[in-house]
Amino acid sequence: MAEKTTQPGYFGEFGGSFIPEILSATFAELRAAYGDARKDPSFWEEYKQLMSTYSGRPTPLTYAENLTQHFGGAHIYIKREDLNHTGAHKANNVIGQGLLMKRMGKTRVIAETGAGQHGVATATMAAKFGFDCTIYMGEVDVRRQRPNVFWMERLGATVIPVTDGTRTLKDAINEAFRDWVTNMDDTHYALGTACGPHPFPEMVTWFQSLIGEEARAQILEERGTLPAAVYACVGGGSNAMGVFSGFLDDAEVELVGVEAGGHGLSTGLHAARLASDDATVGVAQGYKTFFLQDSDGQMRETHSVAAGLDYVGVSPILSNLSENGRVRFEAASDAEVIDALSLTIEKEGLIPALESSHGFVQAFKDAPKLSKDDAILINQSGRGDKDIFTVADAFDDPKWRQFIQEKAAEYAARGDDSNVD
Amino acid sequence: MSTSMTLEASIRAKKNDRDILLMTHIVIGHPSFDEGMQIVEAMVEAGVEVMELQIPFSEPTADGPVILRANQQSLNEGSTVERCLQFAEECARRFDIPFLLMTYYNILFSYGIDAFAQRMADAGLYGAIVPDLPPEEAGDYLAAMRSRNLAPIFIYTPTTDDARMKLIANVAEGLVYCVARRGVTGADTHFDEELDRYLARCRAATGLPLALGFGVKNRADVDHLVGRADLAVIGTQTIRLVEENGVESVKPFIESLRDRT
Repeated sequence: MAEKTTQPGYFGEFGGSFIPEILSATFAELRAAYGDARKDPSFWEEYKQLMSTYSGRPTPLTYAENLTQHFGGAHIYIKREDLNHTGAHKANNVIGQGLLMKRMGKTRVIAETGAGQHGVATATMAAKFGFDCTIYMGEVDVRRQRPNVFWMERLGATVIPVTDGTRTLKDAINEAFRDWVTNMDDTHYALGTACGPHPFPEMVTWFQSLIGEEARAQILEERGTLPAAVYACVGGGSNAMGVFSGFLDDAEVELVGVEAGGHGLSTGLHAARLASDDATVGVAQGYKTFFLQDSDGQMRETHSVAAGLDYVGVSPILSNLSENGRVRFEAASDAEVIDALSLTIEKEGLIPALESSHGFVQAFKDAPKLSKDDAILINQSGRGDKDIFTVADAFDDPKWRQFIQEKAAEYAARGDDSNVD
Repeated sequence: MSTSMTLEASIRAKKNDRDILLMTHIVIGHPSFDEGMQIVEAMVEAGVEVMELQIPFSEPTADGPVILRANQQSLNEGSTVERCLQFAEECARRFDIPFLLMTYYNILFSYGIDAFAQRMADAGLYGAIVPDLPPEEAGDYLAAMRSRNLAPIFIYTPTTDDARMKLIANVAEGLVYCVARRGVTGADTHFDEELDRYLARCRAATGLPLALGFGVKNRADVDHLVGRADLAVIGTQTIRLVEENGVESVKPFIESLRDRT
């Protein structure tokens, strides 16, 4: 695990628990439940069993033979978190938190969502465990991820579009906190990433550590040696922490986190907290980390083609791993991401999410420079078919456009019919 | 007014003449800096004893929709921390009541905690309320505030148990801000026996003056607090009033909350 100071919930100078007094008792309860679960082997057994029967774990490790040949360097392996139920690593975290909720006797779950994956995963968990569910989602993200909104609502969740601030992920987190300070008696806030006040960064990392545990065993079985490098995209940082935690103690494995370069680091329109010089240390949303903020401490607008990476802060554990040099951080631009996605679809028949495709960009840059004896591992944190509207726009696909126009006309005509009735 | 008198002493002196004091709140720069100064002036003329001036923050997690929008509007108009501090300094220079700052921790952290406290002292302010800074994380802040005789104001809530109330009382100075209920600013509060029991718990935990806030909006609410709290805090209600009826509605509203002395 990450290096820690003696103060609980701190990773180097990052982390902590900057919470309003009204939540003090709620966090004490959560810390206790989490602490008990970590000491209880039956909790982890139940969790792994459920992830196996409900979410298809362990997820496979796929050898990308065609991409390997294309780049002519290291062997490329892909950890298939996209094959989880609901199509992303987010399922790992929500099932774990759902089991904790049962222990705490909570009956209602709330969550924020950016891309919508965490919202869908939470709504699925709530349906399975019989919890009431409310999802907060920035209005901008509601627009770009409508299919996920559709599924959340089908799953019985109430989706509340957040119209304050920049109307993206950070604003959804603020709104979820406002709900929680009102309804904490029966409600758990299932934070979707390894950010926020202690114990969330550590707890979410624990639930996601399944990824790294499996990946390490799988690549050792396949190759007999550890990979030269492991790549993961970094929004809040939960999939990265999940896969990295399997290799943190293996000094010979380079860990590479890839952030959203947006329109390019020089434009300021990005979400690169650790790969750019634009972020500074601050305290917001309950924890201390690098934030994209102005000199007064006001959060700035961020940009990424991938809603799930479009966030001002980053896991305090990753900030510490950046400071101590254990993880290298890079940024991938929107344009590079579309190219890497396109290549992966064509060469391997795999469709990584736009978020996950950021990790592929850097892996593709590094692979040709590595020896043919080496292997690298990319965490495909989610599947990309949810991004069909965004990707179709990026490819400027004329047939897709025509389909949408025809569909819209069809709905418009049907709307007129119902008015007549 | 010089800060040679502490916030607590100032409150105690005023309590000799009044059975309940009023503490009001504005978001600096809302609806504008000029109108904000007119609101402060109206509040002081109406007899308010203590005021909290909120420096806007882009992520005001503890605030409800009305104050959240006031924060955003102020920032959209170009409020900077420096300009807000100048505003607070002018308030302290012009009006003879204690002024407090309220803001989120990142504003202090980005400014530099020690430098921020020094600036507060230089400006003649009396203390600060930082709702996302629990005592466990407040070491640097407490040192910076205490060394300058500024009051670090902490918060009690109905979910704070007796042991924790004691812990908070050990670090708090000036007054304790008692949040009336769960939730964010601006929603309704029931002024009932449950609230009375809570305030009795607060009173038993600390000898500091108690300020009761969240949901106080009319004379009946203020009357209810007589003998149970030392200050009634009017927050969201005046912001709402200014948005609906303009700056001139502030003074008659504040005057309606108590008898004239």
